[in-house]
Amino acid sequence: MADMLFVAEGVTKRFGGVTALDNVSMSIRRSSIFGLIGPNGAGKTTFFNTLTGLYQVDEGKFTFDDKPLNVKAPHEVAQVGIARTFQNIRLFGEMSVLENVMVGRHVRTKAGAFGAIFRTPAARREEAEITQRAHELLEYIGLSKRAGDKSRTLAYGEQRRLEIARALATDPKMIALDEPAAGMNATETVVLRQLIERIASDGTTVMLIEHDMRLVMNVCQHIAVLDYGRKIADGSPSEIQKDAAVIKAYLGGAHEPQGVK
Amino acid sequence: MANLMQDKKKQIIALAVLGVFLLILPFAAGALGQAWVRILNVTLLYVMLALGLNVVVGVAGLLDLGYVAFYAVGAYTWSLLASPHFNIHMPFWILLPLGAFLAALAGLLLGTPVLKLRGDYLAIVTLGFGEIVRILMNNFDKVGLPWSETTYNITNGPRGLTGIDPLTFFGFKLNEGMNLFGLPISGLQLYYFVFLALTVLSVIGVSRLQHSRLGRAWQALREDEIAAKAMGINTRNIKLAAFAFGALTGGLAGGLFASMQGFVSPESFGLLESVMILAMVVLGGMGHIPGVILGAVLLSAMPEVIRYVADENKQEAVFGMVLVAPEVLRNLIFSLAMILIMLLKPAGLWPSPEKK
Repeated sequence: MADMLFVAEGVTKRFGGVTALDNVSMSIRRSSIFGLIGPNGAGKTTFFNTLTGLYQVDEGKFTFDDKPLNVKAPHEVAQVGIARTFQNIRLFGEMSVLENVMVGRHVRTKAGAFGAIFRTPAARREEAEITQRAHELLEYIGLSKRAGDKSRTLAYGEQRRLEIARALATDPKMIALDEPAAGMNATETVVLRQLIERIASDGTTVMLIEHDMRLVMNVCQHIAVLDYGRKIADGSPSEIQKDAAVIKAYLGGAHEPQGVK
Repeated sequence: MANLMQDKKKQIIALAVLGVFLLILPFAAGALGQAWVRILNVTLLYVMLALGLNVVVGVAGLLDLGYVAFYAVGAYTWSLLASPHFNIHMPFWILLPLGAFLAALAGLLLGTPVLKLRGDYLAIVTLGFGEIVRILMNNFDKVGLPWSETTYNITNGPRGLTGIDPLTFFGFKLNEGMNLFGLPISGLQLYYFVFLALTVLSVIGVSRLQHSRLGRAWQALREDEIAAKAMGINTRNIKLAAFAFGALTGGLAGGLFASMQGFVSPESFGLLESVMILAMVVLGGMGHIPGVILGAVLLSAMPEVIRYVADENKQEAVFGMVLVAPEVLRNLIFSLAMILIMLLKPAGLWPSPEKK
């Protein structure tokens, strides 16, 4: 078992004449918290979407858990062991909080229509397991009391946490959080930070795409910075904070930013 | 815990009361006239249809305006294989499952090309599908082959099929009625009990499906397809499953319809019929089975009740003249009810509860 859970090598993605990702490489250590940052339009989301099967890469490759990651459709990604949350929360609003997490178990269970209609022992056992695991996860994120409520009735921060629980229900090896702190107040961010740290210490690798620099610098062990589709820096939080290219990308340098000529 | 036990007890009592009511109902209706029993039977068929459509529209969120096509497939399967038309007389225990199966197959046939469509676009294509099936039934009385002059009459076209076999158990024809220890039970009343049994089975089947892994996946699909995919749900497969299961119920109801009526024609399977079934689902409360049943009962029984209560004679007696033709009144009240529902209870009369 290699040290690295996820490796991207020379990933390039073009949309017509625009190179959204230009020869991007990075690797993520097992059970670590990895931050992917960059200014708006840097290619973070594109990277994320190629990794999760929404787009196919033009060049380069991904390796995940020592195997080439070759997903053809978005639903295969969860199967492989990558779960994600969404920048703009995408819960199943009319379903209960518990059911949202139960949906996450879908990929690890197999009962079909026959089992459902005839309530076979196997299907009932599986259903009981799904329910129990979902309750455990709600406990984990501290939403047990709201299990029966429709998820759209949750407060903003709670919805974010529920999305994380739903992702964890797929038993991922890596969970990718797309701007989880967006729109959160300071207290909610602290709760989120503790949750992220707990997830990593429980053995699930975290990939964090985030704009909240304080959160990223505090929680990540390793950070990669994208700008105009290229990786401009890669290192520990303290290295990134001192990196000239990063400072220039975020604050603007004496010269025109890279890529605009 | 004690509370839960009490709830359970209440539930059992409520179910028992409902059961007794449903068993007495056909006799009470029969006392008023057999036409009322027929209304009950048609209502049960609509409950089945609404339950089936609810799987597709209410649970999986796929707007289907051609649902009546599956009803037609079931009805024609029965009519062609149990009537003098081809002089084939198959037994019900082959025909009912076969009709349901063929309808499910039609569901897959419809589902496959529309996998990527959503909302309005899906509605248009399904609407077209419903019309295609009806027009096929209408025109398959002169099916010719390019290399020959002879034509074959498959569906008997707009004239429809007559003399369709009734439900027959071991040589006993249900439509003839029976005498049970001095209690006369009419044919329609016997049909009622068969329909009731199959409706109860449909309710159980559909509700178990809805509260299963597959049912949750359908709901997830309805709520957010992208998130559902990210959870590892193969949306293609579960969409097809939704179409197939919805169609299955429709096909079953179709076969029963043909066996009761003894006559089918393409006229019974028009767009308006699809719209009616959809209205039942929406009016009752999409995705909530008790609501859908309520919607089906209200919308299928109400027009008939209006027809009887406000017919020409009664209007003359009360107002001294016929104010509105019953047929018009029916449509009027209908439209009014739909508008009121849209304004006052957009989630339906009996939507799923906020807290589970």
